[in-house]
Amino acid sequence: MTHTAEREAPASAWSALVPLARGVLWGLAGFGLGVALIAVLRAGAGRSAWSLELSITFGYALGIVGWLFGVGVWERWGREWFGLSTKEGPTGWQRYFAFTLDHKVIGIQYLATFLLLFLLAGLFAVLIRAQLLSPEGAVMGEGTYNQVMSLHGIIMVAVAVASIIGGFGNYFVPILIGAEDVAFPRVNALSFWLVPPVAVLLLTAQAVGGWDSGWTAYPPLSLQNASGQLFFSLAIITFGLSSILGGLNFLTTIIYMRAPGMTWGRLPIFVWSMFSAAILALLFTQFFAAAMLMLILDRIADTSFFKAAEGGEPILYQHIFWFYSHPAVYIFVLPGLGLTLEILAHFSRKPLFAYRWAVGGFLGIVGLSAIVWAHHMFVSGMDKRLIAPFLVTTEIISVPTGLIFLSALGTLWMGRLWIRTPMLFAMGVVFNFLIGGVTGIFLADAPTDVNLSDTYFVVAHFHYTIIGAEIFALMGGIYYWFPKMTGRMYDERLGQLHFWLMFLGFNLTFLPMFWLGLHGMNRRIATYTPDLQGVNIFVSVMGFILAASFLIFVFNLLRSLVWGAQAGADPWRARTLEWQVSSPPPVENFPAPPVVSGHPYDYGVPGAPAHGVVGMAGGSDEVSR
Amino acid sequence: MAVAAAHADVKARRPGINQLGLWLFFASESFLFSALATARFVIAGTDRPDELNQALGLAITSVLLLSSLTAYLAECAIARDDRPAFLRNLLATIMLGLLFVAGVVVEWSTAEFHLSEPYGSAFFSMTGVHASHVVSGMAMLALVYWLGLRGHFSAKGYWGVEATIKYWHFVDVVWVFFYPALYLVSW
Repeated sequence: MTHTAEREAPASAWSALVPLARGVLWGLAGFGLGVALIAVLRAGAGRSAWSLELSITFGYALGIVGWLFGVGVWERWGREWFGLSTKEGPTGWQRYFAFTLDHKVIGIQYLATFLLLFLLAGLFAVLIRAQLLSPEGAVMGEGTYNQVMSLHGIIMVAVAVASIIGGFGNYFVPILIGAEDVAFPRVNALSFWLVPPVAVLLLTAQAVGGWDSGWTAYPPLSLQNASGQLFFSLAIITFGLSSILGGLNFLTTIIYMRAPGMTWGRLPIFVWSMFSAAILALLFTQFFAAAMLMLILDRIADTSFFKAAEGGEPILYQHIFWFYSHPAVYIFVLPGLGLTLEILAHFSRKPLFAYRWAVGGFLGIVGLSAIVWAHHMFVSGMDKRLIAPFLVTTEIISVPTGLIFLSALGTLWMGRLWIRTPMLFAMGVVFNFLIGGVTGIFLADAPTDVNLSDTYFVVAHFHYTIIGAEIFALMGGIYYWFPKMTGRMYDERLGQLHFWLMFLGFNLTFLPMFWLGLHGMNRRIATYTPDLQGVNIFVSVMGFILAASFLIFVFNLLRSLVWGAQAGADPWRARTLEWQVSSPPPVENFPAPPVVSGHPYDYGVPGAPAHGVVGMAGGSDEVSR
Repeated sequence: MAVAAAHADVKARRPGINQLGLWLFFASESFLFSALATARFVIAGTDRPDELNQALGLAITSVLLLSSLTAYLAECAIARDDRPAFLRNLLATIMLGLLFVAGVVVEWSTAEFHLSEPYGSAFFSMTGVHASHVVSGMAMLALVYWLGLRGHFSAKGYWGVEATIKYWHFVDVVWVFFYPALYLVSW
């Protein structure tokens, strides 16, 4: 998008808060309107005007519309629907606090918001480990523990692990394919501004009693507990809408906005992984929204979808929930794996091994992920005839996953490994994901799963795939792209220190959990049998080290942001398009339209053409490496 | 200038981009509707209460199908710059939509089964979610009508009309699946 017209410079820094303040104000007005509407309707039917969950649901529905319109949808978009001219947004640093259309600004907005929430949810994990220092629970009551565990789970799973998609997807997919922005910049901004209400809902749920059903919210508990469960459901629906719009945008962008010469066979592998994740986000998220809608209706409207006593079916919830939530794991992990392959290729200084097979792996996972969900439900009491088919499909999905893994190993094999912090994290992913993948087999096989289900074995496996693959890839990506996003270099020694502390802390925290699970320690329970205390103390201490490693990370980033050395356009001597422009890239990404004529990873291939040339073809020797 | 050329290129691709975005949105929405339809068969099987008002069901279905025809005629009219026919058919579509919603309201207030029965849960939530889509479609049609009155849209550019009417057809198609799932299926 071109925005040549500029507003006059804002009078003071406070003016940056104007859109936010207007969003809050309009949001409150919408909330009041919704509550008043319900009050009138209920009073008309001779009932009390205020009904906590009903009033909040309708107030929230209108409140979120008010928030979005106030924060910028009206000025930058909505006016157009009524034949009026739209207004320009702020420039300068204020654009990070406004409804800004530049995908790079939105990427930073996502990344900053999600990293804050990630650190917060990490603090909840520290509380969990503090509690488990003692078999009877060291720091809080069992009810509080359940709520802390639930908060940790949902903030991590729903929000924090979306950092790669929301942050890097927005910032780098358009640049990597040679586009000047995403296909729908306004929808993109809308997706981001749906996120703050999610955070507000999850963190204010305590005001109405919180919720204690974990991140999975199974009925019947989720129909019986405090009203915090309603906040949870509304937050999920809101975040789901944001992911759906994001997925739609990425798919359209990748299909339509590629630069001349950027064929499907020349797409950087990270873009392929984003494409796969976007398909999953676009389609399957609706099932989570549908599950939450039914849950809300069961709570506020007297329906009986999940009420066994009224003829409903609680197991239905699990089917619908996992039909989304298993693919959701891939929504998080696929971009992580794509980013890992990307970093491995650049830092091994050789072509990505089996590029086409890796792409096939991503697309194969997309296809298979729709038919594996019930492996989460082997002990749920579902129809026994479903167990064998889902066991088989789950085992089969390790084939495309294996293709990606082999691509990673083959890229490292005989490579000229350039050990820098991003590379360390990428190799960490390879190590961790092997353990995460292999232990998954025992959970996919029903006979072993019956014994391991709901123990710490599951916790360990899950964290090996999500932290081990996704969060390690996220960290690698942050160090890899930090010079591009900020124009400054991070501190290499601190980066490597962060890696080693995090890698050792992570493995020493979660490896013993497999043992704990095999010895019968239940997950999601605030207490355990005293004979397991020794290992639990060890796990907790290692967990604290893992948490402490992020202090180094935050310190390094903040310090480098201000005092880091100038990074230059291409500190990694990498071939992909983002490194062919200045750091940070100009507003429209490329000073001239890029032309793509080679494969992105042809390092050391004699006679290979440059991946992409920005500007006149053959004009600069800087890009012909 | 090269940057300007790139802009022209994106501009040329814009119709395709918009179409794809719209169809992806429909694909996504169809997953929401199929989740609801799945729930209906899981909790209530193929049960269907005898008290269901079949005449009313058939009537509102016909009204909605008819509204897709008038919507189509409206789109054809603006494509050949026939503004009076465009507005006329648009208005007819909105009126038929209103009639459909009125039918749903009558159905809801006279239904002899309750929300808390399995079939009732499915019936009220499926018709409710569908009707909310109909209402949002009507709001968009009304906006298009208002803009059309003020001289917006022409044969050269009517994407806003096309998108709204495609959405209307989509909501109609959903009902083509919901109607038999709620009114006709029995075992």
